[in-house]
Amino acid sequence: MNTSKPSAAPATVDALYDEAVHWHVNTGGETIHAKRLPGRWRTIKWLTASVWLVFFLGPYVRWDGRQAVLFDIPNRQYHLFGVTVLPQDFWMLSLLLLFFAILLAVATALVGRVWCGFFCFQTVWTDLFTWIEERLEGSPPQRRKLDQAPLTLAKLRIKATKHLLWLIIGFATGFSFVSWFTVAPDLWGEFFTGQANSVLYFTVALFTVGTYGLAGFLREQVCFWLCPYARIQGVMLDKSTVVPTYDERRGEPRGRLQKGAAAPLSLGDCVDCNQCVAVCPTGIDIRHGQQEGCITCALCIDACNSVMDKVGRPRGLVRYASLDEFEGKPARAFFKRARVWVYSGILMAALGGIFYGLSTLDAVDLKVLHERAPLFVTLSDGSVQNRYTLKLLNKMPEALAVRIDVTGPAGLKLIGADAPIAVAPGGVTPAEVFIKVPRANLTREQEPIRFRVETVRPNGQVIRAERTSVFVGPPR
Amino acid sequence: MAENNPFPGENNTGHVWDGNLRELKNPPPRWWMLAFWASLAFWVGYGILYPMWPIGQQPTPGILGWSQIKEYQEDAAVLTAKRAKFEDKIAAMTPAEIIADPGLKQYTLAAAKVLFGDNCRACHGTGGAGNPGFPVLADDDWLYGGTPAKIQETITGGRGGQMTAHEKVLTAAEIDTLAKWVVQMHDTLGKGGSEEGWTLFKTKGCIACHGEKANGHLVDLPNGEFVTLGAANLTDGIWRYEPGGYESAKYTITYGVNQPGVPQTRIAVMPVFGPDATHGNQAKLGPQEIKKLVVYVHELGGGQ
Repeated sequence: MNTSKPSAAPATVDALYDEAVHWHVNTGGETIHAKRLPGRWRTIKWLTASVWLVFFLGPYVRWDGRQAVLFDIPNRQYHLFGVTVLPQDFWMLSLLLLFFAILLAVATALVGRVWCGFFCFQTVWTDLFTWIEERLEGSPPQRRKLDQAPLTLAKLRIKATKHLLWLIIGFATGFSFVSWFTVAPDLWGEFFTGQANSVLYFTVALFTVGTYGLAGFLREQVCFWLCPYARIQGVMLDKSTVVPTYDERRGEPRGRLQKGAAAPLSLGDCVDCNQCVAVCPTGIDIRHGQQEGCITCALCIDACNSVMDKVGRPRGLVRYASLDEFEGKPARAFFKRARVWVYSGILMAALGGIFYGLSTLDAVDLKVLHERAPLFVTLSDGSVQNRYTLKLLNKMPEALAVRIDVTGPAGLKLIGADAPIAVAPGGVTPAEVFIKVPRANLTREQEPIRFRVETVRPNGQVIRAERTSVFVGPPR
Repeated sequence: MAENNPFPGENNTGHVWDGNLRELKNPPPRWWMLAFWASLAFWVGYGILYPMWPIGQQPTPGILGWSQIKEYQEDAAVLTAKRAKFEDKIAAMTPAEIIADPGLKQYTLAAAKVLFGDNCRACHGTGGAGNPGFPVLADDDWLYGGTPAKIQETITGGRGGQMTAHEKVLTAAEIDTLAKWVVQMHDTLGKGGSEEGWTLFKTKGCIACHGEKANGHLVDLPNGEFVTLGAANLTDGIWRYEPGGYESAKYTITYGVNQPGVPQTRIAVMPVFGPDATHGNQAKLGPQEIKKLVVYVHELGGGQ
């Protein structure tokens, strides 16, 4: 039996500790220059980050001859592919928000802060900004050196290029954001000739400055001190949640490799190279365990695995694992966890509500307001008259001629709706009508009556809507 | 505390929670301090530009001369300018023409709702629902005619009804017969009045105001209009004075309407809203406002 672990080549050992002096835990006092290492999680991170390409390209997708997704705030219309949503349908928005809130909860319960580490705009934009920084200024030690160097023309040129690129990305972010709210192809012309709405300019400026400041300067400080989700997510984790974790039992006691000497078996597998700290974008030490600064981006897994490969030890000293696993308990299948079921139930309910809402969107919505002052009027021929305001909402893109019909007490006569009512597209058109009933035909003080409206779209589709109201007569 | 500090030398206060949460002694960031001083500068600048310092009776006016009332007046002027295009149209049109223009009618109704609430509602009720003694405006019974022109005449010049108190003119039996006849007329829409009632109606002077057909019309003109003194139509299903019925009709016949010297008399006075001769030709409402009210009243449900 071996009495020691395999030793590593002296050059490897030198390289391992060469820069270790620079890496220390983030206390917020200085800029973190995280090291970039290739690896499996690094690749996954690029892939997940690329989801945000939808944000930049989405506004240019066309559907049925118009922008596929357009949040047209001035006209109070929201076009989502084939569907047009009006403010009246906004209850669905609350379900959508519920859906995403619970999606965050269920994802966090299963695999920790996967949103933070792989998808969050703060993470993704910061990643992009530091990538640019690395391309221009070099590796972290070079960057640190440049930061401390006196201002020279060369430094100025590098710094100016970097800030310019950051601002351009910030601008592209703001411009893409407002593109969702306005006709995107037209925006290009209007925006750069100074003809766009001042709100657009303000929003783009806000996003430019916001992106530049948050991703360029505040970076991990946002995750530490600004972001509320980071705080909430702590309570969403449980012992079955898998997060990047340092295998303390395997790693400790940690000890540095000595050149030319085999490491004694009394030492753990951690060679204390601090590479996990070096690559950490929030500057924490994963070996302290799960902590509020960890956004679970898994870059330390890549770093540690690459070191383990170099020193000939098995991978996985830092790996995605749950607390249960370290405590020797069998991993519970995700479908055996009550949390997952409860969250999924809420998710399905929210999703079901949205699908129900989208599939039952009425083309025409009818509301009937019975006049209350006066409730009824006796006419000179002894009949009783009620007044109604009909609110006709037309969700179609074209004007509709709507016919009104009423059923109710015998002898009922509808006044003021002989001709079809022209209802403007995408809005509410009010119509005043009177209903007259011979007093002898009223059997009680309040009779139910039913309004029916019908219209035919230019394409021949017949649209109907109904609403029940009351006909009020004198007290009996 | 400090001697057990697990993070020595990182400039923390020594307060550590949960093993790794600790309070650091970093100075406020520079941007924060800049923002702080900038807010102070803003405050000083604001005090110079805007009303702020309470010195004496009035605060310092500020060198911009801004005030809330000025801002309100500017905003109100914008609103007036926006309304001008509708108001100009209304000024050039008759009420009947406004009613025929759906867009302008909507504007007029919205504008007149406030006017009606301020000037008419106290007597005629919200939405023209009427009040005891005050006519319902939402029905189709008009004492003086329900065409836009007649309504305009009524609002501009006011109205005052007259009916003799028959307490000393008729016997109690005659009043009783007439009151019953009025109820019969109401219930049958003018078709079932008793013979004695008709005789009394025609011989005791009622016909002079209520007209031959007892419908309040003295002369029916070929254009559909009629000449009237404002006497009630006795052949329809509406009572001029609620609650209606025998006792109510008897009361009206006995004490009349607007009779000086009869304390129990019914009151029926519509004030003058146009130029008032008894008040130096001052007008409560201008012609534009009256026009809007005409449209509003006409559209309440019974306009002709």
